[in-house]
Amino acid sequence: MSTIPATPTPATVAPVTKDPTPPPGPRRRLAARFVGGTGSRWFPYVLVFPLVLVLFGYVVQPMFATFAESVGVDGVENYGSFLTSDGVARSSLFTSLIISAASVLLCGIVGVAMAFLLKRFSFPGRKLIEAIILVPAALPPLIGAISFQLLYSETGILPRGLQQLFGTENPVLPFSGIAGVLVVHTFTMYPYFYLSASAALGGMDPSVEEAAYNLGASRVRVWRTVLLPMLTPALVSASLLVFMTSLASYTAPLLFGVDQTMTMQIYINRTNGDLPMASTYASVLGVVSVLFLLGMRWYEGRRSYRSQSKGVAAHRREITNPLGKWLALAASLLATAVLLAPVATIALVAFSADGSWTTEVIPAQYTMQNFVTIFSEPRAFQPILNSLQMSLIATVACVVVGVLIAYAVRRLNFRGRGLLDVAVMLAWALPGTVVAINLISAFSTGNAFSFGQVLIGTFWIMPLAYFVRFLPLVFRSSSAALAQLDPSLEEAARNLGASWWRAFGTVTLRLMLPGVLAGALLAFVHGVGEFVASVLIYTSETAPISVEINNRMYSFEVGTAAAYGMLQVVLIFVVMVVSGRLEGGGRSTREAAKWTA
Amino acid sequence: MIDVTLESVSKRFARGGDTAAVDDVDITIAAGEFFTLLGPSGCGKTTTLRMVAGFYFPTSGRIRFGTEDVTRRPPNKRDTGMVFQNYALFPHMSVAQNVAYGLKIRKVNRAESRRRVEEALGQVHLAGYGDRRIDELSGGQQQRVALARALVIRPKTLLLDEPLSNLDAKLREETRTEIRRIQKEAGTTGIYVTHDQAEAMAMSDRIAVMQSGRVQQIGAPQEIYHRPATSFVARFIGRSNVLTLPVLAATRETVTVGLPGGGEIVVPGPADHGLSQGETALVSVRPEHIGLTSTTDPGALPGRVVDLEFTGMATNLVVDTAGEQVQVAAVEVPAGIAVGDQVGLRLNRERMWVVRP
Ligand SMILES: Nc1ncnc2c1ncn2[C@@H]1O[C@H](COP(=O)(O)OP(=O)(O)O)[C@@H](O)[C@H]1O
Ligand SMILES: [Mg+2]
Repeated sequence: MSTIPATPTPATVAPVTKDPTPPPGPRRRLAARFVGGTGSRWFPYVLVFPLVLVLFGYVVQPMFATFAESVGVDGVENYGSFLTSDGVARSSLFTSLIISAASVLLCGIVGVAMAFLLKRFSFPGRKLIEAIILVPAALPPLIGAISFQLLYSETGILPRGLQQLFGTENPVLPFSGIAGVLVVHTFTMYPYFYLSASAALGGMDPSVEEAAYNLGASRVRVWRTVLLPMLTPALVSASLLVFMTSLASYTAPLLFGVDQTMTMQIYINRTNGDLPMASTYASVLGVVSVLFLLGMRWYEGRRSYRSQSKGVAAHRREITNPLGKWLALAASLLATAVLLAPVATIALVAFSADGSWTTEVIPAQYTMQNFVTIFSEPRAFQPILNSLQMSLIATVACVVVGVLIAYAVRRLNFRGRGLLDVAVMLAWALPGTVVAINLISAFSTGNAFSFGQVLIGTFWIMPLAYFVRFLPLVFRSSSAALAQLDPSLEEAARNLGASWWRAFGTVTLRLMLPGVLAGALLAFVHGVGEFVASVLIYTSETAPISVEINNRMYSFEVGTAAAYGMLQVVLIFVVMVVSGRLEGGGRSTREAAKWTA
Repeated sequence: MIDVTLESVSKRFARGGDTAAVDDVDITIAAGEFFTLLGPSGCGKTTTLRMVAGFYFPTSGRIRFGTEDVTRRPPNKRDTGMVFQNYALFPHMSVAQNVAYGLKIRKVNRAESRRRVEEALGQVHLAGYGDRRIDELSGGQQQRVALARALVIRPKTLLLDEPLSNLDAKLREETRTEIRRIQKEAGTTGIYVTHDQAEAMAMSDRIAVMQSGRVQQIGAPQEIYHRPATSFVARFIGRSNVLTLPVLAATRETVTVGLPGGGEIVVPGPADHGLSQGETALVSVRPEHIGLTSTTDPGALPGRVVDLEFTGMATNLVVDTAGEQVQVAAVEVPAGIAVGDQVGLRLNRERMWVVRP
């Protein structure tokens, strides 16, 4: 996927036998500076300048445009509504914060418990659970939220199933409103805790724990004085991540009808045509997110002790008690069912006839018709084409810009290198709704970065939004791939006569490729499933799959909606297999998905 | 083959603060010469070599290849062949593709390229290894592929940055002879970086000893060994005692110094020693150039044995003479000598040398 011209200009090829070249004239000197490579003082700036323009134009400047929009009509009055105690604004902010805090707590309990069980105990079914533990989180946000709605809401499979089982009048244990949102958050975000806690536990030398027991400490005491302090850094990082992600969450409140959250208010105000108010919410949410980003960077910076493992695998305790064994087996089966239920539900409903599912526990009639419709009706197939096309364009841009930024940040020395890094992280930290509002504010009139064109209402705003949202993924995986590469490889190529472009193309980029590809695939999949920003900026010609799914859900064509979802799930599965096969791809994918390494 | 000149070359790194990594270095390397930059870790050897290769540009000063000024020429236009410390072989290419890389860039035609790759692999005793993957080779073999890759382009200069440091001791000795042979056969100018003084002595036509970014001395191995310019050079090359002694008289090329025991001795030194009566001189004398004798021997330096170690070929002693600890490597020792004994030290004045601080 080399987008870099790999052929050398004739000037860069010096035949061995040729006489010494005459001193270069001024014109050639300038050219030589450019191809002169990393040794030249100018080179970094020549490479970095366009990258800075891109990040400023599409990430930073739109943020300021949003702020300008929010104070443009009524001055700071919009912000005043956050201070009055009876307003929607203030209660939305509080609801968002409360949901986020509760999500952190729930995800923390589930994630850490899972990590302890799976890393410290040996029981039947453990391997299977470890293999599927990330499945719910791998679903696109909209599909995930829909599947939980189909499973656990008042009309969901489980409450109705229990209702039938116990013969009660009403569905049993239905989740709705904020509780529903929390269920979705818990199931899709506990991996942040699970992954960091199990990494910390895996890297922890078991002899430290044993030493504490040996010294006579009780179990509780060992927990409090040894394990918890060692886990703290992992837990703090995961808490910050879950908090940020919950704050940015949009699909869960949408589907469970919780209107008074920051993201929903942005959507509602935008659809009501009150862009200044939407911008106010977006600014507040943006600032909070950036504060969390800075907090996370600060914490990562001062975090002193990490896993002090010398490669000793943490030992697992065998469960020997027969009752415990049965309990463990039952719990494993239950966990497996719960973990696979969302995907299974989507698959099941995808084959149900639209309109056939009313009060039954599960749909009554099954058909292939949903898939036939999607592939045979041009109007139904268009969203798929749109999503593939827009995501592909965005991915190509992400690769070109992401790889070069990673190279610049990792390999070049220039003033403002840290700022470049922060600008990419900013793109990552901003919630999708905020990204969308930023782009709307910046490009509803022509500006220099859109070449004077109005982008809102056109095709291009969509790939642009995907580019901003998923650039960090490609940057991150490229950067991880580059970190594994010895810089002297590129120098060896230069020494043998290759121009910078050629050395980069034939050696550095070539060796980064598995990592870049893994990141690109991830960005592509995310683009195909993107909903949060899309729903604010799509037009009828550019409606992506996710918006189509949402519309079908709205018009009770649940089967067709699930069929679209199923196609996305298949795409994700294929991509995960491909990434796993790329050498080092799996690692790069993991790197891309997390910022706290 | 070309001569390489560094004229007052300095390099300061942006993040390096006030200190220069390379400080006002003047070196002229003759065409075809095998020249070594020697010094402890962090003294600026790699930085110097990388400026010759074009990976760094000097902060001030000039670098010439022959009469051409290459100071700010990019690395790909310098026609140097570099062997990196970790070899830097391209892991996605076969051995032959690695070696052919430079030829491909030079648009050498296929048949010619294949011939030259085979020739180069033969030269490093790797004929028939062309199709191997890099990770199928041992460290020593990888090192030789790196050498072949650098030589196949017939570079004007061959640059080697501690190429032996990742090999085990035995292989290191074999390989250093090989490198030397191949460099002479290829007829290229060789610039070699090492912190290992034995390696430098065994391989080099001439050596530049560096410390803290500065060149302390340039000369042939014998010259540097026997006539070190500074106390640093004396101590870094082999082992040496540097004694601080009062100057009793001085001529253009000798200095007469007084010994703690009351004797005096005439020591040769460089013409520019600049010492005169009443000052103190630094005199270098190597442990193997000191003999043991009785305390009553006139002209001997009296002392007391504080440490003693028998190594087979010689006996290493540490002798305390008026507060100064002198190392001695004596082939002949009196029978029954033990720690605490009083001995006389006979210094071989021919082998002593006046050094600068
Ligand atoms: N890229 C760099 N940036 C900043 N300082 C450097 C850089 N490279 C080397 N230095 C510093 O310059 C000095 C000389 O380094 P180097 O030439 O690598 O020494 P040697 O090869 O002799 O061990 C050291 O103090 C080192 O820390
Ligand atoms: Mg070095």
